[in-house]
Amino acid sequence: MTATLGATPTIVLVGHGMVGQRFLEALAERGLTATHRVVVLCEEPRPAYDRVALTSYFSGKTPEDLSMTDMEFIETHGIELYVGDPAETIDREAKKVTARSGQVFEYDTLVLATGSYPFVPPVPNKDAEGCFVYRTIEDLLAIEEYAKTKATTGAVVGGGLLGLEAAGALKGLGVEAHIVEFAPRLMPVQVDDGGGAALLRTIEDMGLSVHTGVGTQEIVVGEDGAVTGMKLSDGSELATDMVVFSAGVRPRDQLARDCGLTVGERGGITVDEQCRTVADPHVFAIGECALASDGRVYGLVAPGYEQAETAAATIAQDEAEFTGADLSTKLKLLGVDVASFGDAHGTAEDCLDVVYSDSRAGLYKKLVIGRDGTLLGGILVGDAEAYGTLKAFTGSVPPVSPESLVLPAGAGAPTQLGPSALPDDAIICSCNNVRKGTIRGAVTEHNCTTVPEVKKCTKAGTTCGSCVKVLGQLVTAELEASGVEVDKGLCGCFSQTREELYEIVLALRINTYQDLLDRYGRDGAKSGDGCEICKPAVGSIIASLAPTIGASGYVLDGEQASLQDSNDHFLANLQKNGSYSVVPRIPGGEITPEGLIVIGEIARDFGLYTKITGGQRIDMFGARVEQLPLIWARLVDAGFESGHAYGKALRTVKSCVGQTWCRYGVQDSVRMAIDLELRYRGLRSPHKLKSAVSGCQRECAEAQSKDFGVIATANGWNLYVGGNGGATPRHADLLAQDLSDAELIRLIDRFLMFYIRTADRLERTSTWLERIPGGLDHVRDVVVEDSLGICEELESLMADHVAHYADEWATTINDPEKLSRFVSFVNAPDTPDPVVGFIPERDQIKPDLPLLSIGMRPAEDVLEGSAQR
Amino acid sequence: MTLAPETTDLKVQLKLEDDWFTVCDLAQLLPGRGVAALLPDGRQVALFRDRGGALYAIDNRDPFCGAAVLSRGLTGTHQGRPFVASPLLKQRFDLETGQCLDDEAVRVATYEVRAS
Ligand code: SRM
Ligand SMILES: Cc1cc2nc3c(=O)[nH]c(=O)nc-3n(C[C@H](O)[C@H](O)[C@H](O)COP(=O)(O)OP(=O)(O)OC[C@H]3O[C@@H](n4cnc5c(N)ncnc54)[C@H](O)[C@@H]3O)c2cc1C
Ligand code: SF4
Ligand code: FES
Repeated sequence: MTATLGATPTIVLVGHGMVGQRFLEALAERGLTATHRVVVLCEEPRPAYDRVALTSYFSGKTPEDLSMTDMEFIETHGIELYVGDPAETIDREAKKVTARSGQVFEYDTLVLATGSYPFVPPVPNKDAEGCFVYRTIEDLLAIEEYAKTKATTGAVVGGGLLGLEAAGALKGLGVEAHIVEFAPRLMPVQVDDGGGAALLRTIEDMGLSVHTGVGTQEIVVGEDGAVTGMKLSDGSELATDMVVFSAGVRPRDQLARDCGLTVGERGGITVDEQCRTVADPHVFAIGECALASDGRVYGLVAPGYEQAETAAATIAQDEAEFTGADLSTKLKLLGVDVASFGDAHGTAEDCLDVVYSDSRAGLYKKLVIGRDGTLLGGILVGDAEAYGTLKAFTGSVPPVSPESLVLPAGAGAPTQLGPSALPDDAIICSCNNVRKGTIRGAVTEHNCTTVPEVKKCTKAGTTCGSCVKVLGQLVTAELEASGVEVDKGLCGCFSQTREELYEIVLALRINTYQDLLDRYGRDGAKSGDGCEICKPAVGSIIASLAPTIGASGYVLDGEQASLQDSNDHFLANLQKNGSYSVVPRIPGGEITPEGLIVIGEIARDFGLYTKITGGQRIDMFGARVEQLPLIWARLVDAGFESGHAYGKALRTVKSCVGQTWCRYGVQDSVRMAIDLELRYRGLRSPHKLKSAVSGCQRECAEAQSKDFGVIATANGWNLYVGGNGGATPRHADLLAQDLSDAELIRLIDRFLMFYIRTADRLERTSTWLERIPGGLDHVRDVVVEDSLGICEELESLMADHVAHYADEWATTINDPEKLSRFVSFVNAPDTPDPVVGFIPERDQIKPDLPLLSIGMRPAEDVLEGSAQR
Repeated sequence: MTLAPETTDLKVQLKLEDDWFTVCDLAQLLPGRGVAALLPDGRQVALFRDRGGALYAIDNRDPFCGAAVLSRGLTGTHQGRPFVASPLLKQRFDLETGQCLDDEAVRVATYEVRAS
């Protein structure tokens, strides 16, 4: 770039959208932020955010979650970012940009990334109160506000990608939604008639009304000037309280026009293959505002990213070009998979179609094949599983017949093409243009072993997420290929995963550990004694399925006693000096004064240390093993039950005081917390389970940090899953909204049983949700949409658990044989362990630790070795 | 656990110096689960029985934490050798030699044990 000697050259970026942000990252990667002054003019009131994921705002994402701008990045690279200050004029002669605030910036290089604006057809009253567009976070906030206060019906003008998203959002806001599309089918750009029909069927089934082949002629307004309906081209009128225009976008090229840059006939700033404007070598245009050298304006983010990279490379005087891009997309619209890739409409000469269509099931799959068998493109509606692989094969002859790729499972032999069949230069992540070779390299050369690591290393999978599944398969395949024996076995005794063992136990009704080990253990482990990893894991599987597989539901019965972790075996938590803590269940944290007094008296009589736990209950510490039955006899007598503080099981369901007392509460959160705690108490699971119920959005019970958290809404309950406190905190994800009591419980039943079925040992719901292929979407498909058809079974497994629950402490204190185990010494049942001692602190007791080390020095001939500590 | 009748009268005994010290009925030892015994001199022993009926006895003290809890750990087989994992910080100890499998420098005492 030409710069005055001595002065730092300046790059001014106009527009801080998705593409603008990527451009800044590309500048930084090339070291240009160090050698240039970089100024960014951002029109919106917030820096760049993920517009592609805009609609997820309605499923619980906050504007902060959507942000794509790491302020630390901006600061470290010395980027001057002016938020809420758009560029108003450009003086190309003087190479100056003037912003609305009046600031003037001189540039050496100017980059326009101003994106698009939503096209609003010029119909009468298009600007009336109640008319909206769908492009920015501010648009969403306005739509939400209006839908909540003033609208019961809404109409979306436009049945394309954005229109369907907008209609879904309206539906989510509780508004009856209509879609009006001028073309004869939905998503006219992406799908053909067959695909449109499959889509229509499913969308109407969801309760959305679709009007295709009609145009909007006029917006009808009431006396107050607000929308009351719209007139359609077929003469009919549709009553509606609000209208969202989603009829396509137009490049924002006004600024460029005003300063004399060349624009296309139908808009878009004309650029060359380097993304440089054809009229001025000092000015670039990238993203949705640019008319690329192939004569197209791209309305997708992936080509925009490529343009951003091209412009940055050109500024760095590297070679790069953008000559056009693939328009492949995979979307989940209103829960329906829709994908199109390559030459989807079969425009190539002589090409042939392979079509599978089942409109009853809302399925439509079409592949476009060239004369020589080359896969040219395709459309998938209703099931886009194969998208990742098919897209990557586009342009080549797939190794199996195309028919077999679209046939449904069960019809003939459906072929699952593994990603290992793909060539190295196949693009796996089109958003970020990452090829298979790069992903393999991340594993083999950069030592990435997990999908999150690979994402970080290659950027693949970080935008729309549609490629994450294939990414996961590739990582595993690559690890396996590079000799890293990915032994997914549970432990040295079993080569199966926990999930596989669960399936075996359930399907074959195997109800003892020994039987499982002898039949399914690894060769060397069969008929052995197992180990400390698989015993509790299998013990937990047997316990969760006990009533169904015909095992005892009592964890100390027979063989089960020997499988339990030692805390479970004593139904209490072992402390550092060999004493135990006792935690009675206090459902929902609600306790009567009498209950408190009983606990107080017991703690006083046995000299226990008491503390309120982080789980809204009371822990009593310092019980000797032989005191446990005596303490529990009194607790059970007073109506208390085991709190399972020791088990990988349901811990607590915390509550806030809710509607009954709190001025903000909208539902009875305490009652719901108690109901949930009583329903799931005693449920053994891969790891502990925690829950909470808040009475309103203020969230005093911290439900969003729980494995399953519930927040009251005016219409019912929102269910969040996969939250975690602990070492790696994770905010829970919204699974479903506005559920009735019965719907909530049914969904939690399914969710928990699906987790118990498929999680690894000691895997909290948070890590499970991050790990399983498809993540939250997959879980939602399975438990909400019943995509695997297993919900009935999940519910019945839970019903079995609930029906057979019994308090294990009550069972234990009534069983003399079990009680005989609660002694310090088998040969001296009345003698307490002398190493367990206590000293006073703050009016209570604490373990006498020196006593432990005194105990460490017995006669030398006996103890041959001991740790140096 | 149902035991064959002929085993119910058997006693578990530990070799102390030259004598056999009787601890308890064999029936009180569940395969895969330990018990603790108090010796006349105040030492504590953890006794185990495996699935095949073999008996093991080691010092009950967890050498890492000091608490007398090894009898409450989970047992298993590692490369053909029986072990117990401490219930506190999960280090494993070979039941035949007392060797800690997770720290070469640590070993606990072992005792000769029989059922008779
Ligand atoms: C008693 C208590 C601390 C207190 O004095 O308040 C406690 C005590 C223990 N916690 Fe906790 N946690 C307690 C609330 C919590 C909370 C807060 C909550 O539940 O709202 C958390 C964060 C929330 C979460 O789990 O997501 C918490 C996260 C952990 C973790 C980390 C889990 C994770 O996923 O990262 C562990 C370690 C583990 O489970 O592997 C842990 C493990 C433990 C253990 C079992 C450690 C151990 O092995 O000794 C402690 C046993 C207590 C005992 O002997 O009774 N505790 N622990 C709390 C009992 C609550 C109850 O009533 O049951
Ligand atoms: C709801 C929705 C869903 C979508 N889903 C997908 C999808 O699934 N896949 C996909 O590939 N694409 C999708 N898109 C399209 C994608 O968001 C765009 O292709 C992408 O955002 C384009 O990036 P951009 O930076 O060119 O434009 P934008 O992200 O629009 O950014 C342009 C920015 O420039 C600002 N600006 C304009 N004029 C000025 C000025 N004079 N001064 C300063 N700033 C100015 C604007 O305010 C804006 O913030 C979706 C879009 C929407 C709205
Ligand atoms: S979450 Fe809402 S209802 Fe519950 S205590 Fe807090 S403010 Fe009140
Ligand atoms: S294809 Fe969109 S993130 Fe990879």
